Amino acid sequence: MQTGLDPRTLGLGIAGLGIWLLLDFASDGLFLSPRNLYNLAVQSSVVGVMASGMVLVITARHIDLSVGSVLAVTGMVIALLQAEGVAGSGLWTWPAAVAVGLVAGAVIGASQGWWVAYRAVPAFVVTLGGLLVFRGAAYLVADGRTVAPLAASFGALGGGVAGSIGETASWWLGVAAIAGFAAVTARARTAERRHGFAPRPRWLDAARVAAVALAVGGFVAVMNAYPRPQSDLGRGIPVPVLIWIASALVVALLFRATRFGRYVSAIGGNPQAAVRAGIDVRRVTLGVFALMGVLAALAAVITTARLGAGTNSMGTLAELNVIAAAVIGGTSLAGGRGSIAGAALGAVLMQSLENGMVLLGASSAVRQIAIGGVLVAAVWVDVASRGRSEAA
Amino acid sequence: MTHLVEMTGVQKSFGGVHAVDGANFHLDAGEVVGLLGHNGAGKSTLMALLAGALPLDAGSIRVDGRPVAIRSPRDARRLGIEALYQDLALADNLPASANLFLGRELTGRFGLLDEAAMERITHEVVHRVNPAFRDFQGPVKSLSGGERQSIAIGRAMHFEARVLILDEPTAALGPAETREVGRLVGRLRDQGLGIVLVSHDLHDVFRLSDRVVVMKAGCIVASRRTEDTHPDEVLEWIIAGAQRDAARGTPVRPESV
Repeated sequence: MQTGLDPRTLGLGIAGLGIWLLLDFASDGLFLSPRNLYNLAVQSSVVGVMASGMVLVITARHIDLSVGSVLAVTGMVIALLQAEGVAGSGLWTWPAAVAVGLVAGAVIGASQGWWVAYRAVPAFVVTLGGLLVFRGAAYLVADGRTVAPLAASFGALGGGVAGSIGETASWWLGVAAIAGFAAVTARARTAERRHGFAPRPRWLDAARVAAVALAVGGFVAVMNAYPRPQSDLGRGIPVPVLIWIASALVVALLFRATRFGRYVSAIGGNPQAAVRAGIDVRRVTLGVFALMGVLAALAAVITTARLGAGTNSMGTLAELNVIAAAVIGGTSLAGGRGSIAGAALGAVLMQSLENGMVLLGASSAVRQIAIGGVLVAAVWVDVASRGRSEAA
Repeated sequence: MTHLVEMTGVQKSFGGVHAVDGANFHLDAGEVVGLLGHNGAGKSTLMALLAGALPLDAGSIRVDGRPVAIRSPRDARRLGIEALYQDLALADNLPASANLFLGRELTGRFGLLDEAAMERITHEVVHRVNPAFRDFQGPVKSLSGGERQSIAIGRAMHFEARVLILDEPTAALGPAETREVGRLVGRLRDQGLGIVLVSHDLHDVFRLSDRVVVMKAGCIVASRRTEDTHPDEVLEWIIAGAQRDAARGTPVRPESV
């Protein structure tokens, strides 16, 4: 059992808090306003959804540079089916369009995974090709047109005016989340005792539950403090953030508590050992890329719903933010170690920099320079800490 | 008499190189065979064929007299054949229990990993192998060679292996740990396992084995009860191939003599 207090994640949280205070100070209190934090949460969800998949890809010693382009092509499919239909099919309902988009993401991801796993083409090359191929495909879906309008109810998935669940539901959901976390913690303690291990100290588990309660409560309070237009009613938790949290929980469960996730870690730690242990490394690798494709399509759902349209430039350069989020969150580029929670923090941190610099009036050129610098610095921290732990 | 394992006429080439060239090998239950030979003599390849790490080009393998097809490590494990490699083949980033159960995890409801049960069994099994073992939580990267080996041996014991292949088991170990491995090998043999000890180290082999098998140029050139031979004689076989009648029941290919 881990202590549950990963020092990297903790350090990242503290660094993020410092950056938040700094940005808030520099923007005269704009940054930490409920309105901006609501927007920040919505903006982070696109990168956040994909970052949890990237954790698995990188943990298995691969990389996926195509996620921004896969987002674009699947988003175009989702938009086109709703706005125009295909081949005289009439308009599709948005759930049907979304289902097709997710399947398309899985197929695209699996096909790239096939080249990596069964044809031994390095993932860097396969997905660099994919970056071009699927960006081009996104253009071809509608000959470069912007596809609109989308179904009105679809827009809720993007976190716009109707895209949040309201004050009451948010509180209930918050309470349920805290109760759920407490229940899982209690179950883990019982399981340890039943097998004759001493559980973690009680105070540590209590402190963990208290910290989660504080974070969830604070989050709900802030989301509720941002009112709907011409109203006193708070917006509550944005739908895309719920999508993000749900998908991250599912991926975390896959990663930590299933054979599939265990094999991803084993492949990243020692591919030879994985083969000798009878693991079907190729199938697992294909699965990792398929999962990444589905998550890129899920990010496309949020993106198109936010825009209310599909454009072929959606997700441009998203791969950099996604990889940066994973690496900042403690996922080692050498493979074998990754954290879904860390990647979520990393996504918020990357988006905070972007968002904060916009508030401060930085040009997109300056923002690009800053994001690029942060990416290199994050990898350096990873390399430096790995060097230390190997010397030890 | 039926052997526990019998490999007949097995061949394996890499490109134009015949790494294993029609070798005949057998192993009985409760027997430790020391497999000797120069680097490149084919001993590791022969064992990789038995462990399913490489596919056979030709020849056949029988377990308990029944012909078997070993196409993957998974097939080999199903037949009770466990291999313990020189580099110990552990995933360094994972803790002891994840390594012991790698590829054969216990799952509970919804197919989720039953970590607590795997940890408990790991504690029991590894402590039986190595009572001094302490760190079950951290990644195995930080463990000593002997501790890592006790995980791998614990794996073979827990899954009730019948054939254990030890590839240079003492290469990474200090003297005390080497002695410990010797005791373990004896214990496992007494439990009825068939053990193949792949080694360069004549001293180790003479101390631990019941029978010595020598390979040269992809063929078995000698097989002799350890007590009936002498290190100098074995060394001669390793260097020159068998000069005389090599072994009871082990045909010698003329071109390798």
